Amino acid sequence: MDMSFSPEDIAFRKEVRGWIAEAMPSDLAAKAAVDGNFSHDESMRWHKILYEKGWIAPHWPKEVGGPGLDVTKRFILSEELELAGAPQLSPFGLHMVGPLLIQFGNDAQTARFLPKILAGEEVWCQGYSEPNAGSDLASLKLRAEDDGDGNFILNGQKTWTTYAQYADWIFLLVRTDPDVKKQAGISFLLADMKSDGVEAKPFLTTGGTPAFCETFFENVKVPKENLVGPLNGGWTMAKALLGHERTLIAAVGLSSRAIRRVKRIAAETEANGRPLLEDPDVRARIARLEIKLEGLRMQNYRALASASLGHAPGPESSILKLRGSEILQQSLELAMDVMGHNSLEWFNGEGTVPAIERWVPSAFNYTRATTIYGGSNEIQKNIISKFLLGLPTK
Amino acid sequence: MDFELSEDQKMIRRTVADFVKKELPVTRMRKMRDDETGFSREVYQQMGELGWLGIALPEAAGGFGGSFVDAAIVLEQFGTTLVSEPFAESLVAARAIVHAGTEAQQETFLGPHCAGEKILTLAHVENGLRYGIDGLQTRAEKNDGGYRLVGQKRWVLAGHAADQLVVSAREGDGIALFVVDASEVTRKAVATMDGRKAAMVELDVTVAADRRLEGDGAHALSRALDDGAAACCAEGYGIMKTALDMTVDYLKTREQFGVKIGTFQALQHRAVDMFVETELGKSMSILASIRADEVDDAERQRAISTAKAQLTTGGKFVVQQATQLHGGIGVTDEHDIGLYFKRMHALQVLYGDEPFHVRRFTELPSFAA
Repeated sequence: MDMSFSPEDIAFRKEVRGWIAEAMPSDLAAKAAVDGNFSHDESMRWHKILYEKGWIAPHWPKEVGGPGLDVTKRFILSEELELAGAPQLSPFGLHMVGPLLIQFGNDAQTARFLPKILAGEEVWCQGYSEPNAGSDLASLKLRAEDDGDGNFILNGQKTWTTYAQYADWIFLLVRTDPDVKKQAGISFLLADMKSDGVEAKPFLTTGGTPAFCETFFENVKVPKENLVGPLNGGWTMAKALLGHERTLIAAVGLSSRAIRRVKRIAAETEANGRPLLEDPDVRARIARLEIKLEGLRMQNYRALASASLGHAPGPESSILKLRGSEILQQSLELAMDVMGHNSLEWFNGEGTVPAIERWVPSAFNYTRATTIYGGSNEIQKNIISKFLLGLPTK
Repeated sequence: MDFELSEDQKMIRRTVADFVKKELPVTRMRKMRDDETGFSREVYQQMGELGWLGIALPEAAGGFGGSFVDAAIVLEQFGTTLVSEPFAESLVAARAIVHAGTEAQQETFLGPHCAGEKILTLAHVENGLRYGIDGLQTRAEKNDGGYRLVGQKRWVLAGHAADQLVVSAREGDGIALFVVDASEVTRKAVATMDGRKAAMVELDVTVAADRRLEGDGAHALSRALDDGAAACCAEGYGIMKTALDMTVDYLKTREQFGVKIGTFQALQHRAVDMFVETELGKSMSILASIRADEVDDAERQRAISTAKAQLTTGGKFVVQQATQLHGGIGVTDEHDIGLYFKRMHALQVLYGDEPFHVRRFTELPSFAA
């Protein structure tokens, strides 16, 4: 048993930290320093800087443009980026459709799409959820019908398509056979967002930002060459994607940074003539959350050590999303509590509250989504109950 | 980073698991509750013969020179059937002697311990001392015969049957540790909630000068308490895993409303919450056992406090929900789940409860903004 990082890994961490400090443009660094919200353009600027460095897709194989880092270095890179408050990049190309194409796409598809995902030349969004297909995703209805002329014709609606308004492409789960068991009639398609008949309408999240869209499809023509994997094989592929590397899902770097921010706010907030960070109750609350995070960090290390031996994600990784999403929410809730009346702040621009507090109320609100997206925590529990505890469903 | 057990460690685990399953099932612990000693000296001696008692002690002192992780492997298995022999108690006292004793002292006191001939225990807890080492009142004063120790120790685990006590005492402004023969103190045996025995101890005794461990007593004591907390984590994880397994089995077999109760989502999700805490408990046990040997105080304390706070919070949740999901049978003495419930609640108090460790966590340099 050994829980230390190797000298090589420690050196890599130092290299990453040093590089981030130098490579991040000063305006982004200033925003990162106060945990500001980055715009889409700012995220894409950072995407391109990471691309130039060769670190944009650490988990991709070398043959398709990955940097060839081992699982521990990938973890370190990701953690350092989170700790630095760097802009979070759109995951849809890099973490979702990219890996799926690498696993299931044909040569033409990988050659066509992967380089542009890496370079940030094409932005992707995810078309899974529909108004009546949320947790019960397999009941999705968006129809794709063969026009007998080499195309699918799409009709229907997706929703909660995050940042579809900025996307060039969308990957979709569509209904290609309505007459079989619902999971068996789903296919995986790639569609150009500029196609005739596609319309993405942004709407506000509770965080006050237009992160979501409703995306409508009316007689949208998609060439058959954009089908990934076999016809009606979409569900299996979508599930396979969930089995991919889980070592980053706990977001311990993000939560570490969030707790550090709570302490900074508490140190700068006075109550009865002394900093709130000296209040024993506040200290205990912060400590309990930090202890929870340290527990998760250790859990994450176990998942990491297992992955670096080449093992598939086991029980140790099954709880990372559940616990990680809860801790991130709790750290923002604690920041709100420490801010007191300043937590009433809502997009008033500079000067109303200290810069480090400005984005907290928005972030607190949109972070409620972390226990909902990617399979809600209740769905995660159903999965653990069935597959790890073997509890009966009937 | 590597959390796999070595081949030797896997063998230890197999051997202990087999022994516990065959020789020390929970039915035996149940009987031991009514035994005057509360455990078997023969079994304890056997543990010495098998090499377990010296597993995490230096070779020069008759041990095997292993790490705390090796001891944790044994303790985890003991948690699964609630083995009542004072393995952890003796380990903590022996490690205190390692932390504070000279090589000669270690050899003198630990040899018989490793062989299973003598049972050691730490006599530290007092009224007015709420975890940690502050508030200690037992006093040690040098006199012609050595040191006179005066004070009262409470809840000395296995103290009713131990042969030697490692006694903490205030000496001037500092703290020193003394090895005292149990025959020289007044002991009153008491029962503990978890079916074991302890002693209330009156000290008014003069011990020879060589019974004073020569190293920094406060530091050694603090390390020994960390060892104790780490031991609780290892045993605690064994308890959590067993309570979870028992509960999941019960959900799969018990029928109400014409169906297995494990089909109810409310109960499934509760079982998953128990699973989450148990998984984290495993991580905490690993963290504590690796870091128990860490010489950097701040790093060790941060890890031990993290582990003890997280594991006991999760551990209480697991055994409480295990009882709840067993329904009425869960609160009968006849059912084993209550035995796990009690032991887990005892472990949460020993070597610092959750609020103590949370507070200690805030006092470390790493907590600063």
